[in-house]
Amino acid sequence: MRGNPDAHEIVAPGCLAAVLDLLTGAPGEWTPIAGGTELMVAHAAGRLAASRLVSLWGIRELRFITTGAKGISIGAGATFRDLRGDAGIADHLPLLAKAASWIGSIANQSRATVGGNLVNGSPAADSSPALLAYDAEVELVSVRGSRRIPYSEFHTGYKRNAMAPDELLLAVHLPLRFARHRRYLRKVGTRRAMAISKVALAGTAIVEEGVVSELRLAAASLAPFPARLYETEAALVGKSIDSRTIESAREVLLTEARPIDDIRSTAEYRKRVAANLLEEFLLELRSEGSPK
Amino acid sequence: MSGSQCTLRFTVNGENCAVQVPPMKRLLDVLREDLHLTGTKEGCGEGECGSCSVRMDGELVNSCLVPVLHAEGANIQTVDGLAASGTLHPLQQAFLKYGGAQCGICTPGMLMAATQLLSINPHPTMAEIREGLAGNLCRCTGFIRIFESVIAAAHNPSADQGAHAR
Repeated sequence: MRGNPDAHEIVAPGCLAAVLDLLTGAPGEWTPIAGGTELMVAHAAGRLAASRLVSLWGIRELRFITTGAKGISIGAGATFRDLRGDAGIADHLPLLAKAASWIGSIANQSRATVGGNLVNGSPAADSSPALLAYDAEVELVSVRGSRRIPYSEFHTGYKRNAMAPDELLLAVHLPLRFARHRRYLRKVGTRRAMAISKVALAGTAIVEEGVVSELRLAAASLAPFPARLYETEAALVGKSIDSRTIESAREVLLTEARPIDDIRSTAEYRKRVAANLLEEFLLELRSEGSPK
Repeated sequence: MSGSQCTLRFTVNGENCAVQVPPMKRLLDVLREDLHLTGTKEGCGEGECGSCSVRMDGELVNSCLVPVLHAEGANIQTVDGLAASGTLHPLQQAFLKYGGAQCGICTPGMLMAATQLLSINPHPTMAEIREGLAGNLCRCTGFIRIFESVIAAAHNPSADQGAHAR
């Protein structure tokens, strides 16, 4: 342990209103901490920059999952274990249930929250590709009120997001209109558990009479933040899936992807594997098989 | 920029505890240094290896990633409390009998992860055991003897009989 517990203040106001008051009173001063699976790693290594932390753990207003007629809402404080145990998510958002099962280990899933995964803003975030493929919206809240934006507009740069200094991520909202979509999610990492993605790809699609009529593709670790692959999508929508379409979609993806070399993989490997994942999805779409 | 000491109360292995500590101190360090419960080990210190696994309010957690503030009011179980009144827990007996422990660093975490698994799934399949223990790294056993120990404890709580069921 190279960090110094005495160098950091942490408070637990216990309710959402008190947290928002604190954030408003000193914008940018307080760093929210939920399950700590990210910030406590930095703390132990002695590189936690935040000197004042406000705890979100145990705030009931943040920890919920509700399934309604039109959508599922997930509180930012819901853990990935909460997600895995939720029948609505298993039934309606299987890609998200699958992504939740990949996160770290059981001990990480019992502490790591959806909100933490998104606000932390890792390009490799496990829940992000599925949320993007399902057209998620995020709800941000402050004493000024709340607002909803598409999750695809939340990340604005490497570890940067659209939140104002006095705002907190309140919830993620998912529409329930993907029942008849074909779907795909695959993560490539060093091992099955505990591995951070080298690359991950998610997709939802409708194929009518062999033609792609609707498609969302989203990736982790292909850009400074998890993002949709709009150019690759555009190269596929309205097309029938044949070997020429697949080849040209691979080429578009190779130019659209902007991965980097880092400790976990290389840009070249990430691009090639991403193209292979895309091809796997397209071949599944071409076949008659049931959704994965 | 200073974290003043605060008094926190929680239960560890059924006993009420009160500690006077900085609230950003890791639960792992409070257990070992303030409560002198040294069964819980530090491996990587970053949530990757599972050696510091304890149960907090019925959930498995890496105690190296828990600021002790989050333990306030919690019910914590550590490996130190597994052997009730001097009798080894069936999992401990099975680990001994079937070679689930070698150097011993991962063992406390393995036992707690296995305890967690069996508490929600008393008769897990091999795949479920592999998933339940996936966050716990062992560099000695090759894992198989650990998995077999868990199977033995699950199949026969007194762990008297042969394992190698799967």
